[in-house]
Amino acid sequence: MSDALDVLDQVGKWKAGGKGVAIATVITTWGSSPRPVGSQLGVDDSGSMVGSVSGGCIEGAVVREALAAIADGKPRLLDFGVTDEQAWDVGLACGGKVQVFVEKVN
Amino acid sequence: MKAETLAALQEARTQRKALALATRLSDGAETLVHPDRVLGAQAEDAALVAAARRALGIGRSETIELDGQRIFLNVYVPPARLIIVGAVHIAQSLAPMASLMDLDVTVVDPRRAFATDSRFPGVKVMQEWADEAFEKMGLDVSTAVVTLTHDPKLDDPALEYALKSDVFYIGALGSRKTHAKRKERLAEAGITEEQFARVHGPVGLNIGAKSPAEIAISILGQIVEVRARRLEALSAPRTAAPDVAAA
Repeated sequence: MSDALDVLDQVGKWKAGGKGVAIATVITTWGSSPRPVGSQLGVDDSGSMVGSVSGGCIEGAVVREALAAIADGKPRLLDFGVTDEQAWDVGLACGGKVQVFVEKVN
Repeated sequence: MKAETLAALQEARTQRKALALATRLSDGAETLVHPDRVLGAQAEDAALVAAARRALGIGRSETIELDGQRIFLNVYVPPARLIIVGAVHIAQSLAPMASLMDLDVTVVDPRRAFATDSRFPGVKVMQEWADEAFEKMGLDVSTAVVTLTHDPKLDDPALEYALKSDVFYIGALGSRKTHAKRKERLAEAGITEEQFARVHGPVGLNIGAKSPAEIAISILGQIVEVRARRLEALSAPRTAAPDVAAA
């Protein structure tokens, strides 16, 4: 999980530089999913990202929620999958399901 | 996530220590479970701490449910280490490719002409005998050792030392013939046939690799395979695990 730790490094640097930062983490997966549980995506208040929570399919939507979490400070639990309406927009092409927890770094 | 939690995770990484972070998903409350101490919101919750320790032991993150609350246990383990003995041509391909795989790479070679930083940009290079370098680094279960020198006086002590540790992977470059001779020499040094069986030799998956980069791919492919099997065995029901896990 060292890639996750690289995410924390970058998040730490953003934070130290005075930026608003959020971390998104894959907390459960069902079926085939591109990234294992524990995979993380760091997002700063300008929308820059480090790491990944999928093969690129849901990052856009996760970044939007991360920016909202930076703004209001509330954690969020996001579901993505084929049975989810949202999946038709953001498209988890592999057919799997993932749940992503998004929280601001205070 | 609290800023001090982030700092604790980064510190654990620097010190190559494993750590589990338990996050209550309803409100983000955090508990840090170190192997030897527990800090945070639910530090007094025995069931949570036990579950976190179990996840730490397997090295796998998971979401659990406790008293109607969903808790995410995120396990942070130090990156696996690859120690390459022999700062040779193949090592110049193997080191950067292994770094891309998130392995923490160290190249060890006592020969001054080989062990230079300019041959291995961005990689830790130790100009020392392998056994002395191993002693300093401390081999553990998240370490892989590959010997590439072809020279018995450099490779053999490294293999002997590695075989007495619980590293998860040992590979030795050399043909079948070379490997058979190596086995005889190490037998004289007291390494049993069973112990020697841990050495992957000729090193790497048999994909017909010829060039240094291709050989590096075959070695890294084998390391991926060994690691994955080991994790599978560790996560499987207890009845199936022990003998596979020890391999």
